[in-house]
Amino acid sequence: MTLDVEPRVDDRRSVLLSGNEAVARGAVEAGALIAVGYPGTPSTEILESIAARADMDVRWSTNEKVALDVALGASLGGVRVLTTMKHVGLNVAADTFMTMAYTGVGAGLVIVVADDPGMHSSQNEQDTRAYARMARVPLLEPSDSAEAKTFTALAFDISEEFDTPVIVRTTTRVSHNRGVVELGPRTEKPVVGFDRDPQKYVMIPGHARTRRPVLLERLDRLSKYVEGSPLSSESGTGSEFGVVTSGIAHHYVREVLPDARVLKLGMSYPLPIERVRDFARSVDRLFVVEELDPWVENDLLAAGIDVEGKPLFPQIGELSPDAVRKGFSEAGILPKQISIEPAPSTVARPPLLCPGCPHTPPFLALKRLGAVVTGDIGCYTLAALQPLSAMDTCIAMGSSIGMAVGMAASGGADGPVVATVGDSTFLHGGIPGLADAVYSQANITVLILDNGTTAMTGGQEHPGTGTTLQGSEVTPVDLVGLCESLGVRDIRVIDPYDMGATFSAIEGAIAHVGPSVVITNRPCVEAPTKVRDTPYQVVADACTACQACMTAGCPSIVWSEETYEGRRKVVIDPVTCTGCTLCAQLCPPLAIIPVRVGEESDHD
Amino acid sequence: MTDGTRGLLLAGVGGQGVILAGMIVADALVRAGYDVKQSEVHGMAQRGGSVFSHIRWGSDVESPLVEKGSAEVLAAFEWAESIRWVEYVRDGGAVVADIRTIVPPGSCTDRRAWSTNYPAFNADLFSDRRLKTRLIDASSTATELGNTRAANSVILGSVAAFLDIDDVHWEAAISKLVPKGTQDVNLAAFRAGRSVPMAQIPAPSPDPEGFSGPHEIDIRHDWCKGCDICSRVCPEYCLAVSVDGELTITNAQACTGCRLCEMLCPDFAIAIRPPGAQAIVPEAAVIGGLTR
Repeated sequence: MTLDVEPRVDDRRSVLLSGNEAVARGAVEAGALIAVGYPGTPSTEILESIAARADMDVRWSTNEKVALDVALGASLGGVRVLTTMKHVGLNVAADTFMTMAYTGVGAGLVIVVADDPGMHSSQNEQDTRAYARMARVPLLEPSDSAEAKTFTALAFDISEEFDTPVIVRTTTRVSHNRGVVELGPRTEKPVVGFDRDPQKYVMIPGHARTRRPVLLERLDRLSKYVEGSPLSSESGTGSEFGVVTSGIAHHYVREVLPDARVLKLGMSYPLPIERVRDFARSVDRLFVVEELDPWVENDLLAAGIDVEGKPLFPQIGELSPDAVRKGFSEAGILPKQISIEPAPSTVARPPLLCPGCPHTPPFLALKRLGAVVTGDIGCYTLAALQPLSAMDTCIAMGSSIGMAVGMAASGGADGPVVATVGDSTFLHGGIPGLADAVYSQANITVLILDNGTTAMTGGQEHPGTGTTLQGSEVTPVDLVGLCESLGVRDIRVIDPYDMGATFSAIEGAIAHVGPSVVITNRPCVEAPTKVRDTPYQVVADACTACQACMTAGCPSIVWSEETYEGRRKVVIDPVTCTGCTLCAQLCPPLAIIPVRVGEESDHD
Repeated sequence: MTDGTRGLLLAGVGGQGVILAGMIVADALVRAGYDVKQSEVHGMAQRGGSVFSHIRWGSDVESPLVEKGSAEVLAAFEWAESIRWVEYVRDGGAVVADIRTIVPPGSCTDRRAWSTNYPAFNADLFSDRRLKTRLIDASSTATELGNTRAANSVILGSVAAFLDIDDVHWEAAISKLVPKGTQDVNLAAFRAGRSVPMAQIPAPSPDPEGFSGPHEIDIRHDWCKGCDICSRVCPEYCLAVSVDGELTITNAQACTGCRLCEMLCPDFAIAIRPPGAQAIVPEAAVIGGLTR
């Protein structure tokens, strides 16, 4: 979705922005000149919302580590720079991140990390606040769009004042929540220029040893800063109990306890320990309400402040007003909850590969071939679900190939070992794995599902697409040439809409001894361009209800009311059918034919 | 709950435009002078999954999420989704439900009962919960106005009938956020939605007669050369050819009797028979459904 940060409500400076748009706006107002990241839900729209700006260089990097490297380089060059990623992206960037805490920065450098409690679109729900503690890097937690803007802008100032990268941690409910934001002017920040300082920026052991004390001394200064900072705020009345909270949890607490004494932490690392201690003295009971892990709770307990937190407020999944109400009810602060009449049962509706998705046919072939499939992160991970059920592992970006190498080496696979990886994911983290497969002469097949976009996050550009976020045309990475140069001797490029060719190419690649690569070449049907061809229809009289088409799991094909020998016939939704022809190729009685021009399907 | 803060929930299926509709509602509420928070989930859920948008408004909104049992209105863009989210509506609140049905392919998998378990239309489901109920056929209304895709504006019009927001704000928000060139039809759809008639509830269609059990797969091994055609075509993955070229039944319970294997076998080496029926291959060769 393309979003803009221009006022949505005419003639007003207060506009409705998502948390992501507000973060971007904060960077704009702070005078950032460069913004760089890798797409990942729920962070993706931050960069997209400012891609149209002519006064900023906004770009996707190959992966989060490269993005953070680019950001650090830009910061040392003397420009304020924003970098964005999802929580697991910081794992990829962690190598740079841990040491840049030692070097410090040039101009302000802010890392926005979007956590995904509840795993709406992620493989884990790690808590980025742990990284702040490990690296001793300050972390701000905005609770809504208005704070997302002001905290991001303030983070640039903190970064420069304390010579440190600063994390702004959002969560799904902050990133994807729209709220009212007051717009401010953009600050002009000229390029400061690079100050050569090898002692500070060349982290050989002798230099790094001198930076380690700087890191701890900086943390002391930050701890003093946060004690008096307006980032923390108190509200409410009463001495019976108090609540320390941060991020979105603050609003849930306010929702269920509108008048309670609350100390809201804007910076949740380092903590304003003395301020919390004073607050604790003023109340009989102190609660900590925080989403995910008990980091604030543990820090306060370590400082000798008696608090109640987990498990009253769960550390698994997202918090919600309901969950916070339940916790305070169990603690005896709120009355017992009245039970809500549960919803009647309805059908499950898991996410699916789209109608016409070019990923479907290769997975249908892998299922038939009984392959052990090491999967990866992308839309195609949905092939693990019924009815395709054609993926056996999915761990992290690019893991498919290394895992296939190991699986093949184990000798324990009961079928051919195939790694499946998308184009963006392959470039992000798959290339070293393929080099390893060649190096170890692993008997595996790597299926690169090249749909020409980063599809799962909504269709972003990457080095293989030949276009950039801001619309420039560039030389795309040549995947075939890349695989050849890595030393792969069996490379096949296939049209995945040709089921027969797909099947035999994958079967042939599997038969090849040593590493082989199969690359599919159909674009994603949704982005960057919607692909829509003549839809297909089922000739009901010819349908034998064999269910062959249903093996593809296409959302456009469902059971009809008609039956054949007691089995349900099928019908195609002509509105959502993209005309990929896969079902027609699968249909033994040839009952699936194109809808002729000017003719509505009479079988729907 | 914060005093005076109200909530609304939009729900539908990925691709139906729930998120844009949520943005329109939020924009209209801001125009009407409210503090507004609107929350949704993007990403994987968009791929044909259940999609929702929470909207809360008032003088000073805290939580962006609607608590269960507190929404003024639930607007469901699809029938099964109206049922999934109804527990969020407060006592005496309203449900606007489109009678459009989107059967998930994942529920077309029961090869015994052949039932999708898709919930039947039932207006009592909501009135029994003391909810004001409006079942509408937004697509038909929008089609009559000339653009089926304006159905979401019909739904918003129907929602507007339950909220005290001036039409000026609704119409400004719609004009601003719908695709260019579709403003007029969307505004007309919104106005029609305010007084859209209750939809005629289609009669429930009975599930087909279930079948009696898995069919028997008789293999005449001395005729089979292990060519693999049958195992590659079986929609239920019942058959496999071993490395020695021997055809085996790997999932006997799953056979639905479609006979693709039987019809496509070049050597007439497979026969499918309904449960209890007499074996077609010579009796002596049959061992528990398999032949040897």
